[in-house]
Amino acid sequence: MPDLEVGDVRARANGISRRRFIGYLIAAPTLVAAADLTAAPPASASVPTVQPVDFYDLTDLLTDAANLTAALITVTINSDGTASFALPRAEVGQGITTAVAMVIADELGLPLGRVNISLSDARPELEFNQLTGGSNSMHVLYDQVRIAAAIARGQLARTAAKQLETPAPKLMLKDGMVTAPDGTSLSYGSLARAAAAPRTRAVLAQLKPASQQTLVGTPQPRIDALEIVTGNKQFAMDLEVPGALPTMVCRPPTINGTALAILNETQVKAMDGVTDIAIIPHTQWVPGGVAVRASTFGQCIDAIRALQVQWAPGAAAGKSDADVLRDLISAELPMTPALGQALDQRFTFYFRPGDPLETNCAVADVRPGSAEIWSAMKSPIYFQETVAQILGLPVSSVTAHVTQGGGSFGRHLFADAAFEAAAISKAMGKPVKLMWHRTDNFRQGRVHPMCTSRVQVTYLGSNVLTFDQRHTSVATDFTHGLGEILSATLADLPEGDYLGYSQSVFTLTANVPYNFGPVTQLLNEVYHPPGSLFNTSSVRNIYSPEVTVAKELMVDRVAKAMGQDPYQFRRSFLRDSRMLAVLDTAAKAANWGKPMAPLTAQGIGLHHEYKGYAACVAEIDCTPQTVNRTVENGYTGPRVTKVTYAVDVGLPINPLGLEAQMIGGIMDGIAQALTYSLHLQNGYFLEGSWDNAYYTREWNCPPNNLPSEGIQVIIMPPNQSEPGGAGEFGVAASMAAVANAYTRATGTMPTSFPINHNQPLGFTPLPTVPPIPQSPTDGLQESF
Amino acid sequence: MPTHSFILNGKQVRVDCSDDLRLLWVLRDLLGVHGPKYGCGLDVCKACTCHINGKAFNPCSVPVGDIQPTDQITTIEGLPDTVGQPLHPMQQSWLKYDVAQCGYCQPGQIMAAVALVNELKARGAQITDADLDSLRNICRCGTYPRIREAVVEAAANM
Repeated sequence: MPDLEVGDVRARANGISRRRFIGYLIAAPTLVAAADLTAAPPASASVPTVQPVDFYDLTDLLTDAANLTAALITVTINSDGTASFALPRAEVGQGITTAVAMVIADELGLPLGRVNISLSDARPELEFNQLTGGSNSMHVLYDQVRIAAAIARGQLARTAAKQLETPAPKLMLKDGMVTAPDGTSLSYGSLARAAAAPRTRAVLAQLKPASQQTLVGTPQPRIDALEIVTGNKQFAMDLEVPGALPTMVCRPPTINGTALAILNETQVKAMDGVTDIAIIPHTQWVPGGVAVRASTFGQCIDAIRALQVQWAPGAAAGKSDADVLRDLISAELPMTPALGQALDQRFTFYFRPGDPLETNCAVADVRPGSAEIWSAMKSPIYFQETVAQILGLPVSSVTAHVTQGGGSFGRHLFADAAFEAAAISKAMGKPVKLMWHRTDNFRQGRVHPMCTSRVQVTYLGSNVLTFDQRHTSVATDFTHGLGEILSATLADLPEGDYLGYSQSVFTLTANVPYNFGPVTQLLNEVYHPPGSLFNTSSVRNIYSPEVTVAKELMVDRVAKAMGQDPYQFRRSFLRDSRMLAVLDTAAKAANWGKPMAPLTAQGIGLHHEYKGYAACVAEIDCTPQTVNRTVENGYTGPRVTKVTYAVDVGLPINPLGLEAQMIGGIMDGIAQALTYSLHLQNGYFLEGSWDNAYYTREWNCPPNNLPSEGIQVIIMPPNQSEPGGAGEFGVAASMAAVANAYTRATGTMPTSFPINHNQPLGFTPLPTVPPIPQSPTDGLQESF
Repeated sequence: MPTHSFILNGKQVRVDCSDDLRLLWVLRDLLGVHGPKYGCGLDVCKACTCHINGKAFNPCSVPVGDIQPTDQITTIEGLPDTVGQPLHPMQQSWLKYDVAQCGYCQPGQIMAAVALVNELKARGAQITDADLDSLRNICRCGTYPRIREAVVEAAANM
């Protein structure tokens, strides 16, 4: 084995690249190995000069926090020749299970199909290392799982060396076999028990060099693709937990209202299939209402519609879009006094749903001395520790299972459904399978906070002198902290959320990638504490799309004021070569500046975050024949006809998965720029179905345009040794590119988003009492 | 309690429940068939799309009392058997393009796409962008571009 050398995971901070790390062999029946990343010094926290993110960003923060418990992340070699890893993250479609399986398989020398990834139950000892958020998972786990796998590989080699009587360095470890030069070989499975450590001890890990990686960097389909296309992938509502009957909640007619009394409990309890009814008061953790448990969800819907409930209104009662906008504008921090020629514009971004396709849901079985809960949770430790307090149980008596999530988009950072299911199960004394109705999911679920972003740019001749941005937002809820109860408690203190989290997250993400002289970007928030009026969350994603759209629209506007082309203007002001490279790549592939028909145009958007760089060129068609297309119960409007997206994430792990994340982000960017929002009116949101809230549909998606592609994602070659973030990285640049394309096509710069928000409402709002609509009965007439 | 009978994925099934219970809950809650997903219960999101006698429909919006004993209901679980293969060409195409992200909507997407292509084939029509635009299924992960590619490819193989 190589000489002792302790590695440094923060190599990027000091420019040194090393491939050796220390880790542990864990005492276990078969071979178990873990990483230790605590010996590393913190990232260089140089004094920020112009932009804090140049030195330390949100990704660094989350990574440093998570690495404290890296030694508890283990890879196990099993006697059947497979490797297992219980991933301490949620899989919600972002492809983290596939990427982690690739990394482990590569490091171990195992076929991808023999690495089993499960989702770990809540493990409170992991502290900050079980939060899925900030597009940070791959960035932090890449080192952790590689080190654990490399230690396992080293131990397999040492064990095989003894059995084969061959020095370990002469052995080849590949495809799950250890082979000696004479051709004799042993399978990993046959070595697993012999390689097991009798006691836990620290050992060295020597990572494979990039040149020996055969999976990392290659396109691999999702490991759950077959389960998905055959309908066998299990989500929370597909679990068969004994006794857990369908349960739904009758919800109040205003956001965060609370149930005071049921006026017809006896009649509703006598309805077909209904077993239990319980008032679930609204609390900080539990949205609440009147819960109904029945044999089928159809009977829950019938019962909820029959319930007569006396409600107390929520704190947002009576508020509408215009009220919130007024409050935001009054809270806007003052702008730096402008010297010289100034362009100054405020942009408004309305509330936006955080709905995944799977509604909030959870299974809970709360008993007198224990509780077991299943849900797609991104902060399961926080949930486990908090729900234990609420239920009056020791943390060790609560089991929190993380299920596969049907999307997230920020909604699952909080375990709202899990808290609510636990409360209902306790109140009824029975297991429950809680599912939110879609209409409630839109109207009572967490949303992206409404905000304004005002930008002032001063310039002289062909130089930008100053750039100032004042972002004012309804409070974003960060009370999940870093995923466990201690930091969440800090976030919960008066002003703690704002001072400790919102401001930090804003400062660690906002940036201006241009040489625009002195830059200030400041955040202020209204309606503290978060959750007091509106239920918010970091809905894909936190501040970046809005900050970037306001910024990039003003970049185009300054360029226009100077008589410069948007592309050439950006080229001359960019201050990072990686950003310049993605811009040039996207512009070239999109054939920037090509002749375009009237009312159609290209637009550019740039974004830097998550250790990565993105450039988007979008083409839009605002011609009357396109805008005025009719789709029954659907919104059409301008159509984005082509998107070219160049992305540099440092080290792409799975280009196929990365492309998928960018495509999804582009679909979000299109929706957020053009169509997707919630209208607040008198304390509730008008939208109650996907035909009201206009997320991108096929008729809004760029057409195939065969033989060319409607969407082209260009992944830049690896240029560093670690992966950046991907999950949200497609959104901001594409939203900005669409906004700029719209401006150039129509000659009018939009100042509120989505662009259609203040047009006449395109649907008739569903009633609020009863809170959910009955399912139609004419489905057979719609068949095709 | 009335008894209802129909043919589910090739097998005659019986279930006791009220006439107005929507078929989605009969499938999911009473028969334990979980491929069709709940996404809205309003015939909007199309996550529960299945086939009735070969045509796409949404069981969230059909009372079980409207289903006849001779009706053939096919869920994603029964799709391969309709072509006598381990996987339907549409499922193969989905794998080839690695369409899915979270996967929640994809059974419904596949069932809708199969019905669309079958209907086009019956008319002898080629698939167009307008046909793809007519698919109403929501995918909140935004897999639409890969869906379009996968459907076009599968149409050539069906």
